[in-house]
Amino acid sequence: MSSPRTERSATMNRLHELRRSVVNHFVTGLAILSTVVVLVPLIAIVGYLIYKGASSLNLAFFTHVPAPVGQPGGGMANAIVGSGVILGLASLIGIPVGIFAGVYLAEYGQGTHLGNMVRFTADVLNGVPSIVMGIAAYSLIVAKQQHFSGFAGGVALAIMMVPTITRTTEEMLATVPHAIREAALGLGIPKWRTVLSISLRTASAGIITGCMLAFARVAGETAPLLFTAFGNQFWSFDLKQPIAALPLQIYVYAVSPYDEWHRLAWAGALVLIAMIMGAVTLVRIFSNRGALQGGH
Amino acid sequence: MGVDIRVENLNAWYGNTHTLQDINLHIPSNHATALIGPSGCGKSTFVRCLNRMHETNPIARAEGTVMIGGLDIYKDASPVEIRRRVGMVFQRPNPFPTMSIYDNVASGLKLNGFRNKRMLDEVVERSLKQAALWDEVKDDLRKKSGASISGGQQQRLCIARALAVDPEVLLMDEPASALDPVSTAKIEDLIYQLKSQYTIVIVTHNMQQAARVAANTGFFLNGKLVEFDATTKIFTKPSDKRTEDYITGRFG
Repeated sequence: MSSPRTERSATMNRLHELRRSVVNHFVTGLAILSTVVVLVPLIAIVGYLIYKGASSLNLAFFTHVPAPVGQPGGGMANAIVGSGVILGLASLIGIPVGIFAGVYLAEYGQGTHLGNMVRFTADVLNGVPSIVMGIAAYSLIVAKQQHFSGFAGGVALAIMMVPTITRTTEEMLATVPHAIREAALGLGIPKWRTVLSISLRTASAGIITGCMLAFARVAGETAPLLFTAFGNQFWSFDLKQPIAALPLQIYVYAVSPYDEWHRLAWAGALVLIAMIMGAVTLVRIFSNRGALQGGH
Repeated sequence: MGVDIRVENLNAWYGNTHTLQDINLHIPSNHATALIGPSGCGKSTFVRCLNRMHETNPIARAEGTVMIGGLDIYKDASPVEIRRRVGMVFQRPNPFPTMSIYDNVASGLKLNGFRNKRMLDEVVERSLKQAALWDEVKDDLRKKSGASISGGQQQRLCIARALAVDPEVLLMDEPASALDPVSTAKIEDLIYQLKSQYTIVIVTHNMQQAARVAANTGFFLNGKLVEFDATTKIFTKPSDKRTEDYITGRFG
């Protein structure tokens, strides 16, 4: 026979157990629901782009420049290459500057005035609308040189990449355990070498993710290019001249009154997204190559 | 070969805390020397002063004379030079996680610009053999990350990494405190063998460990070196009452 007291506590235990189980299921459900909410727009956008754009994709789209108004056919070959050129230039400037600024914040500038200033500037810069970035690049480069150029477009996008890369690099370096830096210093490895070969290398996976995020974000930017790269209907690889870019071409075609151009704009948007996904996937594969068993 | 260490009037601070007070001590070459004492007594700070790791903390500073093999390390050498001659093994195994076992051992040489592949191969093999790890890892040297092996193996990897730069002194800050008894025994065997070639200073909480591996033992308390003598003397006939209280377990 169990006493009344143990009986009551058994009931309490069952109630407590039930409550715990309900809360557990509720929170799990919430997490699943949120995942779906995140996934649905992405799948919907990609699906809609394929539905609207895939039919206009053909070989000519990738090999021809835009056809003159009223003529059928034509493609976005120059815009695809132009986007590649501008993004290449932006990455070439933005990634090293961003990473080294992040290294400064994490390894050298802790608690210094300059460090705090850089961190604050990066956060503010991150929130500046992209069109403002375009106007800035316009007044700094285009207005001075008296002509639009692919170079100005690349610089505008590079400036937009820097804050994301800087802050991710700083945060990723902060996750590198202190013990690992001590190990390197204890071996008589100089600080600069420790930072480059130990800290950066240990944090590289996260830093690469940050660079990819920054890249994907600026790859679709239109506004900063309006006043800088300007766009071009013809082949041009010259960084000193106006250059075509996919987002610009999509913008021009999407606001045009022609059905043919609307279809090409959809196709362009599909290609743009595919290019971003392709670039991100390539970097992932490349950076995972040669990974060690059981490494981080 | 190992060299001796002579410490004169060493003082160290963390911010305003006076962690080491007037330490005077002579550590003979090619022996293992144990430092014991309760947590926070300054024994870790002391070994970190012997390779100038103490000053890597921005609020820390040290004053006094530390002669290692006749070299005044606070006057006549840069911290980087000192640390190549005075290796260190830390409390928790800290292999470089993004590097293979091979690269972990070779890191001290490679990152200082040493590139001769054949020599590196030899150094890696010799160091891993010295650390009694070679047979366990020789087939996965370049495949496995330094962080993928067991904790005890990681600590021996860290010892191999420290030995690869051919130091004269090996500092060990509680090298076995995060390990199981079997791994601990292996580390102790190693210390026993390595002391013929290196001067070893080992910080430990484990008094049996000190008794097993060290010829001399120093007892630290509240930032002061209370007593330094032959290990057998410290554990059987300590001259200071506080040492006796500590080793008989009356406090700490």
